[in-house]
Amino acid sequence: MDDRLIQIIIDAFPQLLQAFFATTVPLTILSFILAGVISVVAAMILYANVPVLKTICRFYIWVIRGTPLLVQLYLVFFGLPSLDIYIDAFPAAVLVFGLNEGAYMAESMRAALESVPKGQLEAGYCVRLNYIQIMWHIVLPQAYRIAFPSLSNSLISMLKGTSLAASITVMDMFRQGQVINGRVYESLALYSEVAVIYLAFCTLLTWLQHLGEKKLSTYGGVR
Amino acid sequence: MSLLEVVDLRKSIDGTEILKGIDLSIIKGDVAAVLGPSGAGKTTLLKCLNYLEKADSGYMKFEGETFGMNRITREQIAFVRRKTAFVFQNYNLFLNKTVLANVTLGLTAGLKMKKDAAVKTAMEALDRVGMADRADSYPNQLSGGQQQRVAIARGLASDPEIIFFDEPTSALDPELIGEVLAVIKKLADEGRTMIVVTHEMDFAKNVSNRVIFMDEGRIIEEAVSEKFFANPKEQRSRDFINSIIAK
Ligand SMILES: Nc1ncnc2c1ncn2[C@@H]1O[C@H](COP(=O)(O)OP(=O)(O)OP(=O)(O)O)[C@@H](O)[C@H]1O
Ligand SMILES: [Mg+2]
Repeated sequence: MDDRLIQIIIDAFPQLLQAFFATTVPLTILSFILAGVISVVAAMILYANVPVLKTICRFYIWVIRGTPLLVQLYLVFFGLPSLDIYIDAFPAAVLVFGLNEGAYMAESMRAALESVPKGQLEAGYCVRLNYIQIMWHIVLPQAYRIAFPSLSNSLISMLKGTSLAASITVMDMFRQGQVINGRVYESLALYSEVAVIYLAFCTLLTWLQHLGEKKLSTYGGVR
Repeated sequence: MSLLEVVDLRKSIDGTEILKGIDLSIIKGDVAAVLGPSGAGKTTLLKCLNYLEKADSGYMKFEGETFGMNRITREQIAFVRRKTAFVFQNYNLFLNKTVLANVTLGLTAGLKMKKDAAVKTAMEALDRVGMADRADSYPNQLSGGQQQRVAIARGLASDPEIIFFDEPTSALDPELIGEVLAVIKKLADEGRTMIVVTHEMDFAKNVSNRVIFMDEGRIIEEAVSEKFFANPKEQRSRDFINSIIAK
């Protein structure tokens, strides 16, 4: 490698990292929180079989899972202004990522809720708990542990997925890379650098996930 | 006067009648063994009695109060559940809670007891089933027999008027049945009112004072235990007893 290329990579690094922490990370965290809230609410509606709301949830999940994420981003950012709805790029991205991942997470949350043996609900009623108390004390804690691996997978895929926000002008790490590349024309070097940074943080998250799974997988040490 | 009286309880599931008019009267101190072949409706009967299942018609009198079985308010359900406890075939312990928390949860969250009082009450209940020393264990760390004893303690903690047992030993390995039956027998000796669905004939003979024999959604025969085994009136009871002995 020649010195110029090395210099480009070194110069780009702090800028990419800056964009990563200033934009990619908050975008991921906010979207994930939104997705988490949406998915828990949707999963509980499906689990409890609430009429009407259940149909709305099914519809939401069907639409989201049946359309590409990039198209959803374009619809919200470029499409909605035609209806006089203007959302800035960053909140638009949070909204779309949250809604999108929320639909996938809702399904895994619902499956996790279903997997808690029904007998424990009956036992809860017998000791005079109400539905909310049963969900809060018994079902949700167990479901959360069961769903943990798939929820952390969602977080990891979301971290990578936020790079799509670059296409609606969000200045995330990927877009920062594009901007720098626009000056120096070293696509291979710069996008490799971007890839390596994503890889590093995804690896970190995966490692944390394994740590968490070990801690969470058991109640009292025995499976 | 009877503690619990059930009149003409009926229940259908998907168009099939599961309970075809059950009349039942339980006196304080009764230990009633409910016997009958698989599918007789024994579980469904118990579940209707504390509203885990909603019956279609009939009513029950509990401590002098009358409750319709199909039309009932939240307060009535709360009343019945406060006075009863249920022990399941599969224990149904809360797997994310310690033994102690399994017992206290219903006291604190359900009965609004103070934490300290709940812990004290729970430890007493656990002591009575011989599980006080495992208070900090999780259900997964216990044998089936131990789990079932914890489940009994969980029911006992609220000092119910009547305890429903649905085949409390059916899920247990043979060598673990004894310890659970011993606990139930102890409760019987203390004068607890209990309805016990069981396939344990020795238990029905020696511990219960009454036998209720069910088949196909009806009570076929009801008798004092010794009489039922020595001299069953109904042909179906006789067949059932013979089939059990043959095993
Ligand atoms: N949820 C349900 N849906 C359809 N049928 C049911 C349902 N629950 C029970 N039944 C039917 O009701 C009948 C009585 O069931 P129940 O569980 O009360 O019998 P049981 O006497 O407890 O039998 P076992 O000794 O096998 O536990 C059975 O024929 C069963 O198939
Ligand atoms: Mg049964």
